Amino acid sequence: MDAAAEQKYNFDVVRWFAVMSVVYLVVGALVGVYIASELAWPVLNFDSPYITFGRLRPLHTNAVIFAFGGCVLMATAFYSVQRTCGVRLWSDKLAWFTFWGWNAIIVGAVITLPLGLTGGKEYAELEWPLDILIAVVWLSYFFNFIMTISIRKTSHIYVSNWFFLGMMVMITYLHVVNSLAIPVSLFDSYSIFSGVQDAMIQWWWGHNAVGFYLTAGFLGIMYYFVPKQAGRPVYSYRLSVIHFWALMFGYVWLGAHHLQYTALPDWTGSLGAAVSLAMIIPSWGGAVNGMMTLSGAWDRLRDDYILRFLIMSLAFYAMSTFEGPVMSLKTVNALSHYTDWTVGHVHSGALGWVAMVGMGAIYHLIEKTYHVRMASQALLNAHFWTATIGAVVYIVAMWVSGIMQGLMWRAYDDYGTLAYTFAESVEAMHPYYAMRAVGGMIFLLGAVLMLVNVIMTVRKSVSEGNLQQARTAVAGA
Amino acid sequence: MANDVKPKNFQEKMEVNIWALLIVLAISLSIGGIVEIVPLFTMKSTMEHNKHNELVWQREPGQTLDDWKPGDGIRPYTALELAGRDVYLREGCYTCHSQMVRPFRDEKERYGHYSLASESMYDHPFQWGSKRTGPDLARLGGKYSDDWHRKHLRAPRSVVPESVMPNYPWLAENMISWDIEVRMSAMQTLGVPYLDSDIKGANEQLDGKTEEDAMVAYLQVLGTMADLDENKVYRE
Repeated sequence: MDAAAEQKYNFDVVRWFAVMSVVYLVVGALVGVYIASELAWPVLNFDSPYITFGRLRPLHTNAVIFAFGGCVLMATAFYSVQRTCGVRLWSDKLAWFTFWGWNAIIVGAVITLPLGLTGGKEYAELEWPLDILIAVVWLSYFFNFIMTISIRKTSHIYVSNWFFLGMMVMITYLHVVNSLAIPVSLFDSYSIFSGVQDAMIQWWWGHNAVGFYLTAGFLGIMYYFVPKQAGRPVYSYRLSVIHFWALMFGYVWLGAHHLQYTALPDWTGSLGAAVSLAMIIPSWGGAVNGMMTLSGAWDRLRDDYILRFLIMSLAFYAMSTFEGPVMSLKTVNALSHYTDWTVGHVHSGALGWVAMVGMGAIYHLIEKTYHVRMASQALLNAHFWTATIGAVVYIVAMWVSGIMQGLMWRAYDDYGTLAYTFAESVEAMHPYYAMRAVGGMIFLLGAVLMLVNVIMTVRKSVSEGNLQQARTAVAGA
Repeated sequence: MANDVKPKNFQEKMEVNIWALLIVLAISLSIGGIVEIVPLFTMKSTMEHNKHNELVWQREPGQTLDDWKPGDGIRPYTALELAGRDVYLREGCYTCHSQMVRPFRDEKERYGHYSLASESMYDHPFQWGSKRTGPDLARLGGKYSDDWHRKHLRAPRSVVPESVMPNYPWLAENMISWDIEVRMSAMQTLGVPYLDSDIKGANEQLDGKTEEDAMVAYLQVLGTMADLDENKVYRE
């Protein structure tokens, strides 16, 4: 129990964000499993407009990225910035505004997306009133974070904060530019950009939402929580400096590789692919730095289940950041683009890296801010294995289906005509779509175990009075 | 702050001064986007119609959008087609269908001529998509009858047994309920060359039309606007 920290820092807002992130993880994964099942068994669309794949898919992506991912980023950034700066958040009120504002946006998304109120840009579907709210709430998060750093008690700004800061600046750029639209009614608008320019701006945003929100932000998490959980300092300071600046400058260029062979001018796609290849180095720099932080403490993986999440996430991170540049190469992209391989790649990053490191950090936070160990180590271990196995089953299913799709579409018979109709390729996907849904279900099961464990832990802290004691004990006693 | 030692190098300056770090980050993060995006607005070679004028419909004075025939050139969507496109967006069709044919032999045989940037220049937002759970739709127009489309939208598996597309029975029941004139004016503000005469009275044109009528009109015009010449190189 750390009464001094409890009383010095604002842990309340961290606890709320942490618990809500687990709730949204379950919701987001549940919607994901449902839409995956719709693709395997289309009868599940039930002829209802509100639950068709086309309307629920944006709800799934928004729920996992912005609801789960956002709450994780806000919980971890607010926690680690206080601990690394040695001061309480600059403004408690503003932090609560961020919490309620962000959750109001999520409620707005849950209502508007099934109604079909959408801007029609992938991953950025929310309509203009919600876009404005996102900008305001994001800036409140950004401002509170930077002001907390500006009043810090430490001399140097810790590495996790560099990454969080890079994310905050970039997401502000991306969200503002990509959301520029002309309203045509209260909940409808048209993008001010069109065609090829709109496509480039969309994928500049799309890839950097991955690159900054889901990578730089989560690397910030990695740099605070891996050393803390392992009880060892970061492996190499020099490596962190180099890969930080390389990532900040380089990642921004990658978006164009989503548009290889399209009507985007060739120079832009090639530039994007060239920088993508170069990004293997800084990406692996981060993965190596995280993994090697464990050198001399590898035995801890035997009984520290939280640490397992963090290390497994880095393995997936290394794998996806190798796969990504390979897929950006024109010859590979010609096959992989438009297929399930892309979906598999996204999920090896999302389930394997983002969710795993996020869940590990949230477990750490629950223990630290409720001043108690997780109630069930058995559930924790079961979650680790279901998450890992679920992710692997999902990714393998999509690799096979994606590559098979790509090959079937370009296959020719002996007479030089296309060997398969498109419908035949759809039919061939069925077993893999079913397998993917099963992989998702296993992952979802793990998320439910996490929610149960977190609820048990919170109740334990309340019933045993740990939180109450931490709040009232004389600090230092 | 315990800051009595002078920063030794660039990195240390960044680490002790949050405002310097913020500014340097703000600059480094802006460069890639500016280099890749701004030229797309300024370089003439980005849009094929700058070199091949005939790609765009040359409208004679007094002609309405209804005077256009397939192959006459790229033009703004009619009120009904635009309403269909609104439905296409609302239902999230882009989550499973692309509208961007790539310059490969198999795509040419399956879908048709590769897509040009000019063909989507009036598309706010673009609908190129990123995934083909269903086939590409960029050149769908004219391939099937209106009747086929209606059957397919209401119950896809009645015409394509392998399909995993949801049924869209409500499109045939819902009348177009939104103000299309406001939307056409918004497009006009964004630079889509609608004449005031195209917009005025557009709402009346949609009287009695269902969402399905609009959707079919939109699907039937896709890829039919420009008459592309096999022997011309539109893109280097």
